[in-house]
Amino acid sequence: MTKLLDKQELKVVGTRPVRPDGADKVTGKAVYGADYNLPGMLRGAILRSPHAHARILSIDTRKAEALPGVKAVATNADFPKVDMGEIDAGEAGINVDRAGQMCLAREKVFYEGQPVAAVAATSASIAAEAVRLIEVEYEVLPHVIGVEEAMREDAPVLHDDMFTEGLPETPTKPSNVVLRFESAKGDPDAALAAADVVGSGRYSTQPVHQGYIEPQACIVSVGGDGQAQIWCSSQGQFMVRSVTAAITGMNLADLRVVPLEIGGGFGGKTTVYLEPVALVLSKKSGRPVKMVLSREEVFRSTGPGPGAIVDVQIGATKDGILTGAILEMKYQVGAFPGAGCQAGVMHALGCYRIANSRIVGWDVVSNMPSTHAYRAPSAPQSEFAVECAIDDIARQLGMDPIELREKNGVKPGDPSFSGAPYGDIAFMETLAAAKEHPHYAAPLGPNQGRGIAAGWWVNHGGESTAMVSINEDGSAVVATGNPDIGGSRASMAMMAAEVLGLPIEKVRPIVADTSSIGFSMLTGGSRTTFATGRAVSEAAADVVEQLKGRAAMIWGVESDKVEWSDGQARCTDPQQDLPPLSIKDIASKTSKTGGPIAAEKSVNPGDAMQTFGVHICDSEVDPETGHVRIVRYTAVQDVGRAIHPSYVEGQAQGGAVQGIGWALNEAYMFDANGRLDNPGFLDYRMPVASDLPMIDTLLVEKPHPGHPFGVKGVGEVPIVPPLAAVANSVSAATGKRFYDLPLSPARVHAALNGAA
Amino acid sequence: MARVTFVSSFCDNLTGGAESLELSAANVFGLVRALEARFPGMAEHVEKRAAIAVDGEVVQAWGTPISEDSEVLLYPRIAGG
Amino acid sequence: MKKQYVSTIVNGDPADFLCEPQTSLLNALRDELGMTGSKEGCGSGDCGACSVILDGKLVCSCLVLATEAEGKRVETIEGMAQEGRLHPLQEKFLDVGALQCGFCTPGVLIAAKALLDRNPDPSEEETRYWLAGNLCRCTGYDKIIRAVLEAAAELRQERAPA
Repeated sequence: MTKLLDKQELKVVGTRPVRPDGADKVTGKAVYGADYNLPGMLRGAILRSPHAHARILSIDTRKAEALPGVKAVATNADFPKVDMGEIDAGEAGINVDRAGQMCLAREKVFYEGQPVAAVAATSASIAAEAVRLIEVEYEVLPHVIGVEEAMREDAPVLHDDMFTEGLPETPTKPSNVVLRFESAKGDPDAALAAADVVGSGRYSTQPVHQGYIEPQACIVSVGGDGQAQIWCSSQGQFMVRSVTAAITGMNLADLRVVPLEIGGGFGGKTTVYLEPVALVLSKKSGRPVKMVLSREEVFRSTGPGPGAIVDVQIGATKDGILTGAILEMKYQVGAFPGAGCQAGVMHALGCYRIANSRIVGWDVVSNMPSTHAYRAPSAPQSEFAVECAIDDIARQLGMDPIELREKNGVKPGDPSFSGAPYGDIAFMETLAAAKEHPHYAAPLGPNQGRGIAAGWWVNHGGESTAMVSINEDGSAVVATGNPDIGGSRASMAMMAAEVLGLPIEKVRPIVADTSSIGFSMLTGGSRTTFATGRAVSEAAADVVEQLKGRAAMIWGVESDKVEWSDGQARCTDPQQDLPPLSIKDIASKTSKTGGPIAAEKSVNPGDAMQTFGVHICDSEVDPETGHVRIVRYTAVQDVGRAIHPSYVEGQAQGGAVQGIGWALNEAYMFDANGRLDNPGFLDYRMPVASDLPMIDTLLVEKPHPGHPFGVKGVGEVPIVPPLAAVANSVSAATGKRFYDLPLSPARVHAALNGAA
Repeated sequence: MARVTFVSSFCDNLTGGAESLELSAANVFGLVRALEARFPGMAEHVEKRAAIAVDGEVVQAWGTPISEDSEVLLYPRIAGG
Repeated sequence: MKKQYVSTIVNGDPADFLCEPQTSLLNALRDELGMTGSKEGCGSGDCGACSVILDGKLVCSCLVLATEAEGKRVETIEGMAQEGRLHPLQEKFLDVGALQCGFCTPGVLIAAKALLDRNPDPSEEETRYWLAGNLCRCTGYDKIIRAVLEAAAELRQERAPA
């Protein structure tokens, strides 16, 4: 069922029904990770390293164990020795040993805040007291945090088994450089030398946290026979099962993961930090164990998006044709390789047809929490540099910045990074829509400037399973294995309702646990409405065929004489005068026509389509304070087709604001001892309501021709353009180019007053 | 012979930096076996790290047939968030 | 440590519980009274996910000791819908799509209710500054502000003299 349905014929898809989980969420009834409780449960707590880099010489838990109320303690020694290398637990692999060390450190600690030991006790306060009684002897080692500092010959080396990959000769000495990654074509050096204008610079960004408001939380209960259940919030219950089972040495079938509601993820919850620890504690104590991170622990130990230094040069002719580009990007991936440079390299130039390029990326470890996915992981950093350089080219040429992008923007059929041609992408349409938007022509006031930037993300397909079943009263249930992080379950119900021909209130979606639905890859990668939606559509279509077959049986006609429309079976034989049969009519007779009607479909599409965004940002810079205020913001995005427009708009708005925070305020700040100075929302300053205007959105719909509802991924693209859109607007407002994010008032003020 | 191109340097350590080569294979499984025979370690590397496109389309199913004039691209698989 | 006995009125009903002296009102609501609608996002009063109304005043319940609520009236998200009927703010949030993950939503709704209880006709700017203590990472605040302003308009209509 891949034929694209005509938008005019759609009755449910494209409307804005109230989401099925909405009433519970506005009344406080929805159950998130920390809201779940079990009888007899213990509370877990973690002892964390106070040092940024140290060897663990000994851990003595005896005093903690002796404290009344303490029922179990755990260290990395409780995880079995793992020889699994990487497992497939997301779109890319997860290294089991390292994931285990991020749950509980082994012989070294690599960042302040890394878990070293854990306890489970009968109350949270006893658990906290027990943690204080654990004695750890450390041999403190010198630490390093900055990416270029960590690359130096004399830098403290984190892992003595890390030998840089991707060099012409494998080095004999370990270093902090994980890998070198290069992609090149044509002759960029010659192209740059011959260029009429060059946009160049060294751009930098700092590590930024995904900033989900809900800290990680789980309850794990291990039974007397070793079978276990986990209730947790996560972006993927199957991923939780895979990684937890791998770290703790369990069979997958013995572990059932029940997804609770999730309070934000943005990629940060596509791995586990607590579940393996809670599982060990539950096994040892024989009781369920609940573990919830504090906000400080979230900042000190869960993975941010990487900081990066990007050197960029882009050359153009005087007519504005981009001819060559050379980039080098160094990603600060944290203590263990995490979200790194490869996606940054692959996305850097993907908006443009540039025949000659060389992009080199480096992944560098250092003593901060291992980075993890954050919405279009690693692309904002590299596309930021490219979009600023292009802005500079437009300025040098006196050319409209959208027009410059239109001259060079990729079109359907142009080669993508891999060399395979782009499909029915809509970058040109998105640029055109931005150019025509009233925002683009609106007048500006004093100290105000306008910046635009483009961005794109590859989007993912991946494995999904969906089940649709019909109840005796003709209503339907749709079950998938994808946690709902932004309203996707509403879209699942809408797509099923459309195919079945039922009103939306009669189709109820659930997010099933790992034992109740076939495998699904996690929710992330902008894949859920696309891939899981396709599984839902196919399952619903299968159900429709079954309903038609039952109708044929009831009527005693050939099955090719039955058509389905508006939720009813109609007999197409003009000889017969049969009134239509509704789903309810057929469902009430299933026991007489062959049994229950249901279908489960698994998909693994490879044809996810890349999507693009163009953002327009007006900012006002206060020359006395350097404070940047966003006065107007418009996010234009190509979305394929919006199943539920409110939630697609929401993705564009939320991603844009995360990008605004990244550009203006957010950064990890470490002190001289490698301790994070701002592990809280007061000093890790995310945008608040009073920082922002309305975020206008314009959804450009050019449907994916291979998806029944034309869906393209939308969730990640919107965080890519804002970094450069904001920076370019500040440049326009001040006449100065800014290279380093965040554009804090102090930094802007210093630049305006002539400081370096 | 189908042409296999390694996009970017992510296989260089195993292939010695080869940009592309010609191979005969009935499908992607066969292609990966042929690569493993030529460059030991490639099978696991491709399975864990690579995305594959055959004749311009991303391929998830390794049973996808490869013809004598197919273009096969191998490039890094990346994760979203 | 010996537990303290606390007696309060929560959403109009008498509610009493035992808790350790250092327990926050937030944790007492969640752990002792089983009312998990108020959330902990930060534990330090910076995110507003724990917002409740205490004797008519908007507070971060993570910064209030449970014992401080002795004898006081607490209004939480669980009491916002009356007799199964959603408050106009709750309805508007659903209509407009002003929530994505929904985790900040209880705190935002309580804060918005506190605003409209004292200022039935706030401007966009007043609304934004009032809600500046409620962090949301999913929505970018746009639809939240629209929903609050629309609910305010609807409430003014409902309450307007015929």
